[in-house]
Amino acid sequence: MTPELFIQYLFAGITYGIIYAIVAIGFNIIYNTTGIINFAQGEFVMLGGMIAITMHSVMPIPLAIVAAVVITMVVGALIEMVFIRWLESPSVLRMIIITIGISILAREVALHIWGESVRALPYFIGNEVTSVSILGAKISPQVLWVIGVCSLMVAGLSLFFKFTSLGREMRACAANRRAATLCGINTKNMVTLSFVLSAGIGAVAGCVMSPITYSDYSMGPNLAIKGFTVAILGGLGNSVAAVTAGLLLGIIEAFSISVLPLAFQDAIATSILLLILFVRPHGLFGSSEAASLKEF
Amino acid sequence: MKRISNSVVTVVISFCLVAGFSLASVAKAENIKVGAILAVTGGASFLGGPEARTLEMMVEEINANGGINGNKIDLIIKDSGANPEKAISFTKQLIEEEKVFAIIGPSTSGETMKIKNIVEEAKMILLSCAAAEVIVNPVAKYVFKTPQKDSHAVQKIYGTMKDMGITKIAVLAGNTGFGKAGKGQLEKIAPEFGIEVLMAEVYDKKATDLSAVVAKLMANKDIQAVVNWSIVPAQGILAKNMRQAGWDVPLFQSHGFGNIKYVEAGGAAAEGIIFPAGRLLIANSLPEGHPQKQLLVRYLIDYETKYPEDKVSTFGGHAYDALTILVAAIEKAGTDKEKVRDAIENLTGVAGTAGVFNFSPEDHNGLDINSFEMLTVKDGKFALYHK
Repeated sequence: MTPELFIQYLFAGITYGIIYAIVAIGFNIIYNTTGIINFAQGEFVMLGGMIAITMHSVMPIPLAIVAAVVITMVVGALIEMVFIRWLESPSVLRMIIITIGISILAREVALHIWGESVRALPYFIGNEVTSVSILGAKISPQVLWVIGVCSLMVAGLSLFFKFTSLGREMRACAANRRAATLCGINTKNMVTLSFVLSAGIGAVAGCVMSPITYSDYSMGPNLAIKGFTVAILGGLGNSVAAVTAGLLLGIIEAFSISVLPLAFQDAIATSILLLILFVRPHGLFGSSEAASLKEF
Repeated sequence: MKRISNSVVTVVISFCLVAGFSLASVAKAENIKVGAILAVTGGASFLGGPEARTLEMMVEEINANGGINGNKIDLIIKDSGANPEKAISFTKQLIEEEKVFAIIGPSTSGETMKIKNIVEEAKMILLSCAAAEVIVNPVAKYVFKTPQKDSHAVQKIYGTMKDMGITKIAVLAGNTGFGKAGKGQLEKIAPEFGIEVLMAEVYDKKATDLSAVVAKLMANKDIQAVVNWSIVPAQGILAKNMRQAGWDVPLFQSHGFGNIKYVEAGGAAAEGIIFPAGRLLIANSLPEGHPQKQLLVRYLIDYETKYPEDKVSTFGGHAYDALTILVAAIEKAGTDKEKVRDAIENLTGVAGTAGVFNFSPEDHNGLDINSFEMLTVKDGKFALYHK
């Protein structure tokens, strides 16, 4: 393999990987405060992209993206308030089924609003054929946008959880909800906030990736499966691990193409998911003791 | 006479069932029920969507003008979401419960192949809107299809390549029935034109990024052109990934590229893509007096007036042709299913959007290679490809 080819595969892998990681982080944020997997996470990404595309017809791209992210966050909050908040000590299974229902609902609504056609935001810089040369490999500037924006988001989130009191309160909820309540933290609001946050980062990812991958109403479930694989691979609830696992999966997928037929690409993610569930259900970087204490 | 005895039987049977039900079936006895199984949603919705809209538009117009020989059409559209299992159950439902006269669709080749035997056994006329040649080869008595054959598309592409002096190519295909059938044809016909397929890859129909596989193909310096065979948005993604990687070999697409939305989605990267297609996309630049001109322009204007948010595509045209053929046959043969089937088989010189149809017992597609033109993308629009 020539060095250029290696770099080309590597960047393709990082692009997939960082998107998976963002979806996985969305899973983690909600998992940490509620203990559930929100299977509508992929729909947040879809909504972000689709709303931004619609907004772009009346305003410039940066504004359209901001508007899309804000609207998606509001949708996230509404979903939590309508479907989750009023449930009295719901079982994990029930909440998961609810999120699957929300995902289907969101897709159908999107189908009615935008129809079945595939859309895309224009490239932020240049157009479809622009490329920059990195170590002999040609990369679309949009790939750098995806990597840059997503890395910033990950960094911002870890700062938020570490150093702001709101972030600490959310982490307190994650660690022990009852103890957090006793300390005067409004855990219900924290759950709403977690939906808002993960809707927001999903929407940002949906916007930056739209020029490369296109957006359509049905893109959610595929992303959710990859994101879920990554979240499990890294260990549920651990966002730094999710980034590592995301990049790992993306790069494995990209390099697999050089030896395996392309058709097997998606089978790899599913195989990894099954393998990890059998062999290390607490994930590559999770601890089995902590996992055994969790309900799910 | 036969119709009267039919409705007598209907009435008797229905009275044995439910009174209300029987009233409905008597009242609708004069209407012709046409079923349609189309992928209105899901991964192939850009086929099924325009097809469904086209059929609704046409049926509305036919009924407003008094129907076929005075019989109005009842159109029943079932959304299969491109799922073969759903297509199978809808087929059974349309045949057994709705008792339709004929079925239009499905939109995709995979679905059509799954229901081919079912309709054949039920002696149900099927006018498929899917492209793969296997649908009508071998010929099934009741199965017809309106899109051009993929083998003709392949021959057209290889002919163009030969003129350009291209002999070594790479083939990419989506993992759909259409993609697989096309890949098979590309590999089978290549030797006839002295063309060598150096690499062939299949990608998932939901693929959102093909830059890795582009890198793999690009590493083979012998490849002079790429042929992509799919009906999915990956057609635009491939073009973008190739051009971004700085790979400028000619990109050929299948007749599945005939939707201006793919060009819009591909943007600057779609420029110069070469593909075979029916004449609908260049209707306005056809010479006056061309047998298809009047019909194409009318369909184009009707469709875009009724659905201003949508642009006409060859896919909606396949449904247009299917209903046109059915209507022509019913006008000739009345409402006896067997006679209508025979009439379709003997239709000749029927101008449709895909070409001029000349059916025969051996050819249930009725189109020849001349129904294709080679088109290219120029300044974001479809244009005739000039060598």
